Formats: sequence, structure tokens, C-alpha cells
Amino acid sequence: MTTTTTSSAATARPLPSLPTVYRSRASVELKEFFRQRESVVFTLMLPVLLLVVFGAVLDYELADGVSFTQYFTAGIIAAGILGASLQNMAISIATERSDGTLKSLAGTPMPKSAYFVGKVVQVLAVTVAIIVVLLFIAVVFYGIELPSGADWLTFAWVAALGAAACTLLGIALSSLAKNGRSASATVTPFALLLQFISGVFFQFEQIPTWMQTVAAFFPLKWMAQGFRSVFLPDVMAAAEPADSWELGRTALVLGAWCIAGLLLCVATFRWQDRSAG
Amino acid sequence: MLPAQSGAPLDADAAISIRGLVKRYGDFVAVDGLDLDIRRGEIFALLGPNGAGKTTTVEICEGYRSRDAGEVRVLGEDPADGARSWKAQLGIVLQSGAGESQLTTREMLIAQASYYADPQDPDEVLELVGLTEKAGVRGKALSGGQRRRLDVALGIVGRPTLLFLDEPTTGFDPEARRQFWSLIRSLRELGTTMLLTTHYLDEAEALADRVGVITRGKLVEVAVPSLLGGRETAPAVVSWTEDGARRTEATATPTALLRELGTRFPGEIPDLAVARPTLEDVYLQMIGEAR
Repeated sequence: MTTTTTSSAATARPLPSLPTVYRSRASVELKEFFRQRESVVFTLMLPVLLLVVFGAVLDYELADGVSFTQYFTAGIIAAGILGASLQNMAISIATERSDGTLKSLAGTPMPKSAYFVGKVVQVLAVTVAIIVVLLFIAVVFYGIELPSGADWLTFAWVAALGAAACTLLGIALSSLAKNGRSASATVTPFALLLQFISGVFFQFEQIPTWMQTVAAFFPLKWMAQGFRSVFLPDVMAAAEPADSWELGRTALVLGAWCIAGLLLCVATFRWQDRSAG
Repeated sequence: MLPAQSGAPLDADAAISIRGLVKRYGDFVAVDGLDLDIRRGEIFALLGPNGAGKTTTVEICEGYRSRDAGEVRVLGEDPADGARSWKAQLGIVLQSGAGESQLTTREMLIAQASYYADPQDPDEVLELVGLTEKAGVRGKALSGGQRRRLDVALGIVGRPTLLFLDEPTTGFDPEARRQFWSLIRSLRELGTTMLLTTHYLDEAEALADRVGVITRGKLVEVAVPSLLGGRETAPAVVSWTEDGARRTEATATPTALLRELGTRFPGEIPDLAVARPTLEDVYLQMIGEAR
């Protein structure tokens, strides 16, 4: 290529700093989520309603002094995080890609990282909101005991690592869909299916072994199991597939999904519809 | 005026300089050896039928699409490099517009302004595009025309040196279109270079310093609107009423014909009309020939 004199970029003022743009994008993403009634109802209220209904209906004991609601609280928190991260990202990014939002952003000097920072802030905010509301209901209505001591630490890392893995996976999945509606139509049943085989609605030990094996490939099973170690007494670990909570393996699987998800994102993320070349 | 030849070097001082641009989609050649120079400060309109390669050319200049061959410089840089500092000098109004949003018009402009070094005040921009009254309305509640004006507002809030407008007035009513034209003229006063694509020939004629006609991926002519296709020397059509019948005559010398008619009628020549081919006539003929 012949080089020509570049009369480039002689803008007098420097471009805005990264933190400035990050704040701006975070504010945009929070408004986009919390102002959209459908997303708030679907992502935030559905787990809450499920907890209320299941807690009231399936009011039986799994063992001496251990209620199914304790078990379900762990599972629904995991499912809530899945919705806030994987489902939310896959659907919202596919929508923004097909309606031209991403393309418009790519034409501005916005640093690309700012887009993802905004999304991460959104996931964090929604995840924290879900956890707080679910814990509140579990404690106030169903007498679930809050985690104590080291259990909080377990709770925090399982939530953070699970949300990270599912966020990355959701961003990667968004590239497979044609638009927001098709993303919703494929990701929602997928998430529901995962919930059924990952020990959210039923006890994991009652699920056929081959389904357990399938579930073990995905993050949700490990998140639910990690949260069970927090909300159930340690004697209940005997009901798990490995007769233990397997926290080490949980960290390993979720960490592996973070790495795989990140690689998939880098390989597949597009700022435009597939038609553009 | 003929398009620049591929042999000529890129014009580094031009706002946009293109030599031998080629873009293929599979077997389809969307842009086929296109040359173009757009001077700084001018409004250039790219005309052509659907599928002629207008949007592909524009989107290559904007950095959205890759090219298969040729050289492109936009504000002195290769769009394929697309640095932040380069994008900061562009304003882009896409054909498709931006997506739906839960943000208000004003919030969207504030967010957009936060990406630029020296943005214009969002409220001033709203005033400029006539959306002040809609400042607090969410993007999804705007009408089609309002939505398009918001797209333009988002495109200009960063004070671009070069503004791309891809079919900006599609779906506007005539009044909204006139308002838009005066907005474009006021941007011209500020020295903004504009590359406009449009289907409306009156729009090109009203706004553009030069127009380029593109068919089948090639630029067939570049000229000022009044000279396109030899319009100024094309035969004029003189028509009048004589002996109760409508008479029409195409002539290269309409003045002579009028003098002669003047001798035949003692007073006014009944129902006299002298017409030159409109830009639309010339344009339709050009794209017809290219087919």
C-alpha cells in the first residue's frame, strides 16, 4: 500500500478517559434493564414468584429438620443468577446486534471495552438485586437461616464465579442467534431444561444418572450444589453424587467455563449482523 | 466531468479519496473499481438505484466493511485501521438507524456525547433537530420521522468533521424534509463535509455541491447537479397552444424559437412553457443506459 501523509487525529482535546466512558455505559445499561418491564418481570420477579409458590406448596422435610425450601432456596438463587447473566446477556446482546445498536456504537469513538464493562455492571446489579430479594423472602417467609461465617465466603465466590461464567457464556450464545426473539426462543427453553436437570426444582439425586451427567457439563448444577453447601447442614452432603459438596471441583468447573466462555466470546463476537462483510 | 482515473494518486488532503475500490459478496460484485474524491467542506450526494453499491461504498468509508481491492483514505487515514481518534472526527447516520432504547432522547444524546472529546451541548443539538419538546420522551415512543431526526442528532453531537448520511430522510413528510435540509445547510456553514446518499433527486439538487451517479458498482458520472449528464446543453422542450392544439418542440436553440413564436403571436404566446430536463430525467436516462 502506498502511504500518504496522514493529516490524522489532530483533535485539540484528548478523548474522554476510560473511567468516564465506563460510567456513562454503566448508567445506560442500568437504565436499559430496570426500565424495561418485561426484563424486570422475567428476570427478577419470576424467581421470586417461584420461590413464593414452591416454598408454600412443597412444604415437606427432606430429612430431620431439613425442609425442601432450604434445598429450593439454593437452587432458585442459582437459577436467578443464570437468568441475570446467561439469559439476560444472550437475549439483550442479540437484540442490540439485530436492531443496529451495536453497529451504531461501533461507529463512535467509544472504546469497545466500555460496552462490556456496562454489561458486567448490569449483570452485577441484577444479580445482587435477585440475591437480596430471594434471601429476604426465604428468611422472612420461610424461616431459612442466613449463611454464617465461612459460608458467606462460599456463597460469595460461587455467586461471583457462576455469574462470570454464565455472563461470558451468554455473550457467546448471543452470536448464534439471528435476533433477540430467536435468542429468547432458544435460550429460554435451554435454561429451563438445565434447571430441571440441575437440581433446582427437584432433588438432584432423584434425577436419572445420565441426566445428572449431562447437567454436570454445565455451570448451573455446580452453582446449585455450591449454594446447597451453604444452606443445608453438612449431613446432607451424603445425598450428593460424590457424597460430598465437591467445592473444589465446583470452582474448577466454573473456572473452566469462564475461560471457555471468554475464548468463545473473543472468537465469535460481532458488532454487526452476519450479513455484513 | 469524468471520474478520476485509477492511475491518479490518492488525494491525501481530500475528505475522502478512493481508488479502484472493489467489493464482492460471493460471486456478486457490489463495487467494481470505483474512484472518487470528496473535497473538504463539500456536500456530496451519491445517487443510484438499490443494489448499485452506494451503501457498500459508504460503509467501507465508515470502517464497517472490508474491501477486496483498492485504496481508501478517509480524513487521511485508511478506514480499515479505524483508530478511536479517527472515529472521533466522523459522524455516522446509518440507513438502518440505531436500535430501540429505554433511554429518553436527551439521555441518549448525553451518553453519545460522552464518547467524544469536544461534544456539542446535547440540549443545543436537540434544539437544532427540533426535538426539544421530545427531550424527555423515550426513544421507542418517537415517531419514524422523529426517530430519524434523533439519528441525525446522535450523528452530529460529536462535532464531526465528516458526516455520513445514508438515506437520512426516508419516511419524512415534505415539511420535515425541508426542515432537515435547513439543518444540513447550517452544518455546511460550520464547514462540515457531508457524504449523502439519497433516493430523492430534489434533495440531491437542493443540498449537494456535487452529485455522483453509481450503477452496478461503478461511478458513471460526477458533476454539479445543474450540469449532470450535459443537462445545461440538453435540448429544451418548448410547448405552447396554437390553433386550439398543444404544440411541443425540442430544440437546442430555444431563444431563437421563442423569437420566431413572438412574431407569430401579437401578444403573449398562449400557455408558453420552456423546460430543461430535470435532474430526475437525466438520472433515469443514465441508469437506464447503464443497464
